[in-house]
Amino acid sequence: MEISLTVNGTEHTTDVPDNSLLVEIIRERLNLTGTHVGCDTSQCGACTIHMNGRSVKSCTVLAGQADGADITTIEGIGTVDALHPMQEAFRENHALQCGFCTPGMIMSAIDLVEKGKPLDERSVREGLEGNLCRCTGYHNIVKAVLDAQDKM
Amino acid sequence: MYRFNYHKPDDMAAAQQMMADAEDGVYLSGGMTLIPTLKARLASPTDVIDLSGLALSGIELADDSLTIGALTLHSEVAAGNEILSLSNLALAIGDAQVRNRGTIGGSIANSDPGADYPAAVVALGATINTTAGAIDADDYFQGLFETALKPGAIVTSVTFPLPGRAAYEKFPNPASRYAVVGVMVAETNGDVRVGVTGAGPCAYRQRNFEQALADNFSVAALDGLEVDYTEFNSDIHASAEYRGHLVGVMARRAVAQII
Repeated sequence: MEISLTVNGTEHTTDVPDNSLLVEIIRERLNLTGTHVGCDTSQCGACTIHMNGRSVKSCTVLAGQADGADITTIEGIGTVDALHPMQEAFRENHALQCGFCTPGMIMSAIDLVEKGKPLDERSVREGLEGNLCRCTGYHNIVKAVLDAQDKM
Repeated sequence: MYRFNYHKPDDMAAAQQMMADAEDGVYLSGGMTLIPTLKARLASPTDVIDLSGLALSGIELADDSLTIGALTLHSEVAAGNEILSLSNLALAIGDAQVRNRGTIGGSIANSDPGADYPAAVVALGATINTTAGAIDADDYFQGLFETALKPGAIVTSVTFPLPGRAAYEKFPNPASRYAVVGVMVAETNGDVRVGVTGAGPCAYRQRNFEQALADNFSVAALDGLEVDYTEFNSDIHASAEYRGHLVGVMARRAVAQII
């Protein structure tokens, strides 16, 4: 089937098998490999992207469900020279070690901050419940998100 | 995932026709349960019929009830409405990304024993509106993943009567956030209903709790009441006996919230 979707501001039309997943289109068709596949069972959140302005796990969305959608991936939020404030905060606060979970963490954290409610440590931890990190112990991730909320 | 044909109908009639034409079709709502099930090869439908093109989303307030469209997201219910206990329940489902895709209609149609919404459907005495007529909450949940939904029918909305006071408490599985046990207690003009999810094969009313609370709406009224756990779920997360214990604990916490 043919689907059209806008990814990081660019419209793409592509022919895909009926049973393909959104994350497969993002990574294998569009070569945007910043979005990671961790568990592939919708638990770890490494594949988190924004779909029509909401954070979703792209390993648990069929390509057909994303037809007509506006998608933002980790590649769409900043550049190497001008990092997104959330990326900058992760760097400043040493909020990553191996980095595998980081794209999903950052996409979730941006959605959390953009919802506009003031965040404290507890609400950041609850808000990031859908993202797993196996290195940092979360402490510096929480610090980074609290830091970034004042700069976004 | 096994191969399947994907369809995205524009209207209800087309969706039902596709289901009728399919060899082994399944409706897709948010997909938060169905897609992992397909990926794990626990189901192999020939046709997946995506309902997201139907206009079944939104929350409408009437004089004495709230009607929530089947495709309304958990995050939309969690954002706030006239039934605070229902918003709080929705906010405790899964995680943020799951709440941004999962729908109330999908949850109720699937009737997972650990899903949260069924407790509210039962405790608030909701009506499940479907393309094959309305179904009363007391008749709807029939067993493990079994409901009174007719084959091929689609849940269109759920109507919740506004309660006098109500609260939901759950003991979540710390990894999945599914309810090991969840209890909603609702009181309206002296009438008390207690809906339990997670404990048994499907959501049900804890009638002896209801009677005790109708006589005396207090935490102490639940002390020493028995919960028959012989038919309860038992798995690596909790034994049937432990779930039986949790029903009392969650009910007491819910009552404590609203007295």
